[in-house]
Amino acid sequence: MSDFKIGLREQNSVHILELKGYLDAHTAPKLEEALQNLLGSSRYNIVVNCKDLSYISSAGLGVFMAFIEDVRKHSGDIKLTNMSPKVYNVFDLLGFPLLYEIFKEEQDAITRFFDKSKNPSSTLQ
Amino acid sequence: MKTETIHIESRTERLSAVREFVSEAARTFGFSEEDVGKIALAVDEACTNVIKHAYRFDPTKKIAITVHAANGTFEIRIRDNGNAFDPGRIHQPDMKEYMTHFRRGGLGVYLMRSLMDKVEYEIKPGKMNEVRLIKFLAN
Repeated sequence: MSDFKIGLREQNSVHILELKGYLDAHTAPKLEEALQNLLGSSRYNIVVNCKDLSYISSAGLGVFMAFIEDVRKHSGDIKLTNMSPKVYNVFDLLGFPLLYEIFKEEQDAITRFFDKSKNPSSTLQ
Repeated sequence: MKTETIHIESRTERLSAVREFVSEAARTFGFSEEDVGKIALAVDEACTNVIKHAYRFDPTKKIAITVHAANGTFEIRIRDNGNAFDPGRIHQPDMKEYMTHFRRGGLGVYLMRSLMDKVEYEIKPGKMNEVRLIKFLAN
């Protein structure tokens, strides 16, 4: 049985989703619902902390694809942090570092939202 | 040759059992943990495609996953008898172009091909579809 949990925190108006466990086609709807809830309440500055994410398949990656355009239309972003090498490799295989900012530490991603002088599409991992 | 098969219902909640079955067989055959992870992900993607596309989320349908392991070759066969598809239509996407347009589907096929050494299809329309994922054990 896949085990997947999502925690939600807020810091300086940035909303942080903490992913834990296995993100596959079975559990991806949970992440979709969490992001939908944030967008539904006009929260567009989002950090996804992957520290405890053990596994991701394309169904999980597809959820980020589904929301990023809408988030950026509202001047927000989805930034990803704290990935294990195994999880990062899957993102990397699909070219995600070209379009998403990926940080080693959560705090760097939060700070980035307030540093508008830098190019938002550069790769940081 | 060592051959093992499991049959699962076409439900996404069974994906974790498939990953465990395949991971255990790949580990026993001698793959590194990194390769075990790649194989499990490729098989997850293949089964997810069957559940979504061949069976369109009908949980009464069955998928057979068979592992053949011999002579340095590890092969997983994922078989269903759902809707046939045309493998010729599955082309290698230009990922930069793909990502630029935030396309969501089709990532699984790209991953399967990236993670495994060979991906083959055998389609008998109306009878069965089989995807074969092959990885070679380096000496």
